Amino acid sequence: MIIAERKPFAEIEAAVAPYEKILILGCGTCVAVCLVGGEKEVGLLASQLKLAAGLKGRRLEVGEITVERQCDLEFIQPLCDFIADYDCIISMACGAGVQDLGRLCYMKPIFPAVNTSFIGVNLEAGNYAERCLACNHCYLGVTGGICPVTMCPKGLLNGPCGGMLNGRCEVNPENTCAWSDIFHRLESQGRLEQLQEILPLHPHHKRTTPGKVVHPAYKRRYGAHE
Amino acid sequence: MAWVPKILAFVCTYCTYTAADMAGSARMQYPATVRIVKYLCTGSIDILHILKAFEAGADGVLVSGCEAGSCHFLEGNLRARERVEYAQHLLEEIGLGRGRLEMYEVAASDAPKWVAAVKEMSARIKELGPNPLKGGRALAADFPEQPGAGMEA
Repeated sequence: MIIAERKPFAEIEAAVAPYEKILILGCGTCVAVCLVGGEKEVGLLASQLKLAAGLKGRRLEVGEITVERQCDLEFIQPLCDFIADYDCIISMACGAGVQDLGRLCYMKPIFPAVNTSFIGVNLEAGNYAERCLACNHCYLGVTGGICPVTMCPKGLLNGPCGGMLNGRCEVNPENTCAWSDIFHRLESQGRLEQLQEILPLHPHHKRTTPGKVVHPAYKRRYGAHE
Repeated sequence: MAWVPKILAFVCTYCTYTAADMAGSARMQYPATVRIVKYLCTGSIDILHILKAFEAGADGVLVSGCEAGSCHFLEGNLRARERVEYAQHLLEEIGLGRGRLEMYEVAASDAPKWVAAVKEMSARIKELGPNPLKGGRALAADFPEQPGAGMEA
């Protein structure tokens, strides 16, 4: 899922300082799971904004709503009329959600309340780690399910660098060496011969931004060609 | 009439509430500044409850649960402490300061500790003064005036 961190309150407060009717729009998917932009966090930010405004002698009208997914027009389109009542929107979704909302409400100022960090996993409650760079060329099948592009700071594709020491990474010794992990994983699966295969240069050209994917079943509809 | 702080005490029914009950039974004296809200466990206290308390005009919030290691639900009090610390951070961010919120641990048999906690919190809130949000009534529409609330003014 997408992992994000909430922006400092001062930054959010400064962004919406000129407005009196503010809608905080949460997203019930990734950012809700990583505890930064779901229904509860929308409530906390609304409360913080109202308290901070009260301390300055101002009175804010703060609306709160959380949709299932903000990166999907299907879920945010029904909000159009509701949004019209507010001066600005604070979106607690990831960067994709904020931009999709902006596509729908292009006349309304939209401010992000979170910094989108990475695609990662939930190690345990409140503890997240990056696992995928979305490089558009997945090696996990030949590396025993450990991504060398993400987990190795150097992105090496054919074994560890010379800095690996006792299975630890030289860039950050707190981390294990991705290639050491890959070796042990393949060893435990009896697939070490997999490492005999030399991987070619990583096709960085496949990661040009902005990326776009059209599902094969929809290629005719969108006029996309191979 | 002198200003008397209004402190909301979010307490656990198994430890602190029992201690507060015992303090009453034993006729121990402590300031009449706390309004007790009983929770099944401090682990069920939401940060939003704390912020809403300040929105509603509470001068301070006191959270009190079991001592570490003796939670009826094993680790509810530990979760409460994490949440209280995060709520203190949120209050600091908005400029209200972290001092108006504090967590205590009071065992069921420790009525004197409950009395000490209330006295300490009351003294602290008296020093900090009334909740600055109350003066402007900035949030009055969301939280209707409570009966008898104006009597202290």
